[in-house]
Amino acid sequence: MTSPGPAAPPPRFLLDAEQRAFARSLDAMLGAAGTPAVIRDWSRGERAGGLALWSRIAEAGVFALAVPEAYEGLGPRPVDLAVAFVELGRHAVPGPLVETVAAAALLLEPGPAERFLPALATGRSMATLAAAGSYAVDGDAAELRLAVDADGLRLAPGHGPVRPSLDPARRLTRLLPGGELLVPDPPVDRGLRWARLATAAQALGVGLALLERTVAYVGRRVQFGVPVGSFQAVKHRLADARIALEFARPLVLGAAVTMSAVDVAAAKVSACEAAYATARTALHLHGAIGYTAEYDLSLWLTKARALRTAWGTPQECRAEVLRGHA
Amino acid sequence: MDLDRSPADEAFRAEARAWLRARVPSEPLPSLETAEGFAAHRAWEAELAAAGWSVVNWPRRYGGQDCGLLRWLLFEEEYYAAGAPGRVGQNGVSLLAPTLLDHGTEEQRARVLPPMATGEVVWAQAWSEPEAGSDLAALRARAVRGDGGWLLSGQKTWSSRAAFADRAFGLFRTDPDTPKPHQGLTYLMFDLRAPGVTVRPIGRLDGKPAFAELFLDEVFVPDEDVIGEPGQGWRIAMSTAANERGLTLRSPGRFLASADRLHALWVERGCPEAAAAQVADALIGARAYQLFTQAAAARFLAGERLGPESSLNKVFWSEYDIALHETALDLLGAPEAQGEAADTDWSQGYVFALAGPIYAGTNEIQRDIVAEQLLGLPRGRRR
Repeated sequence: MTSPGPAAPPPRFLLDAEQRAFARSLDAMLGAAGTPAVIRDWSRGERAGGLALWSRIAEAGVFALAVPEAYEGLGPRPVDLAVAFVELGRHAVPGPLVETVAAAALLLEPGPAERFLPALATGRSMATLAAAGSYAVDGDAAELRLAVDADGLRLAPGHGPVRPSLDPARRLTRLLPGGELLVPDPPVDRGLRWARLATAAQALGVGLALLERTVAYVGRRVQFGVPVGSFQAVKHRLADARIALEFARPLVLGAAVTMSAVDVAAAKVSACEAAYATARTALHLHGAIGYTAEYDLSLWLTKARALRTAWGTPQECRAEVLRGHA
Repeated sequence: MDLDRSPADEAFRAEARAWLRARVPSEPLPSLETAEGFAAHRAWEAELAAAGWSVVNWPRRYGGQDCGLLRWLLFEEEYYAAGAPGRVGQNGVSLLAPTLLDHGTEEQRARVLPPMATGEVVWAQAWSEPEAGSDLAALRARAVRGDGGWLLSGQKTWSSRAAFADRAFGLFRTDPDTPKPHQGLTYLMFDLRAPGVTVRPIGRLDGKPAFAELFLDEVFVPDEDVIGEPGQGWRIAMSTAANERGLTLRSPGRFLASADRLHALWVERGCPEAAAAQVADALIGARAYQLFTQAAAARFLAGERLGPESSLNKVFWSEYDIALHETALDLLGAPEAQGEAADTDWSQGYVFALAGPIYAGTNEIQRDIVAEQLLGLPRGRRR
């Protein structure tokens, strides 16, 4: 993650060679990690594999991108973070990834920053986060449980029972009320922007993986003597998925550049809707096998649904776009 | 990654904005699909050209400013934000000109491009035939070798702008005995007022003669009006179709301006909650198209071939354009019940938009290209 040499001019509107290499190396690392088994363990509350993967993601510098250099981070570098989250989504990595990034954005006050950010940046701890009374993802796994209530940002004293999510890898927990008040007037807008950006990028990666898996499947599934992927009805659904994802991608990267509330909301709704539409197509084109929990496709299918409403429903994000349009 | 514009780019934008503010007609011109409107739009092209704004990204020697694709995108944003007239020369400028720049001779470029830039010569396209639509390579209109040129015979149809245009370009079969249908085709330019040409205007959905049938009876075309080698027409037409044309056929500026106007209409109607999602999607889609096109242009300028990616574009903007206009007509429907009025800018834009998924390769053809060439799915029969 060093800056490009003077020979390389900063590319306008495009990722630079280093960012593309960063994505490829994360993709390779996560691909080799065999995430499906890790995800299934995580869903049962068996966290050893997930924690090991978390450490490797932290070593690659992913969480550090959300944390300033003063607190052992490399950031804030939202474009690189978005690049990384696309890859995390592509491999359906479990754990409170988005929440850890959003927590870093909320804890930027000098005292709490010194106390918590180095551990988040280096992967020594994971955070979860929720508005008081709302469900927090993976409250049983995160050491740092943060709740925003009327008084500010609190360190929640614990969590309630795990409630299953449609995506079994997202373990929903209510945080217990009270606890130490960390930041009386936290930058909620900033936290939300980082959460939405990371969710949008993650959803884009989920959608890209669903598309890739489905293209491979319809290329080998034979009916009527030919691969079903040679039928126009099948091709056109996949073409539409590709189009939706390709037009969500520049919104995600553009939002990471501007970090404006409007651009981030637009990216969130587009990426999540594209991923969800791709999930519907992926399920349908796989047929009955896609409808089973046993088949790994389910790990991505269910995440696409969950991310659609995480950190801003489509309605909330569209309302933000309309509010912010000059 | 960077979305900022250089000070020089911003100066270019400011200059374009100032000129357009001063010169864009305060009253909209009559529809360019009428004789009167066509003449008015032609005069507007001359005014643009005189100030150097008609084809900003072309080389200077043909009437452009050689400003590059990225500044062209800025110009287009300013152009449509200013509410400037539709471009009567679009067929020639976005389809024929890139072909000439890639495959024409210098003599052809010097002869054809400057009068195209000023609107003195307006071009129509002549691709489709009664039996060759999506299956364009099935075309039958022929060009037979004559003395110093070719004689065109046959029928072309759905020829946009041909009712009032001066010249046309298209593909003709010069060798009827090739093993495959897309071989033996030649890319030709011809005069719509030449002996042997009969133009029969066709009323589009709203009755305006936006396109025409062309009946050709031994129409003479000199050799100098053949683009590239005879027999290479398909390759020439497709290479341009898939490349720069994918970027320049519809600029994001047009949709950014339309989305702004839709939002203003929604606010004017009291921000009805029922239309909120569609209005937000129009704003989001225009931004997506802007960012997508900027990135594609940057990659094109870096030497990358875009090829089949232009099919993603075409499906996106053509469906977007219809959805945006449908939302506007729905908003106009209450409280004064003028959603169906045919004389609003919105209803005219709606009729125009309806053709988008059909022309320039139907969206089904584009989805086949995405599936086969971008996703790598097996080729199959079109069923």
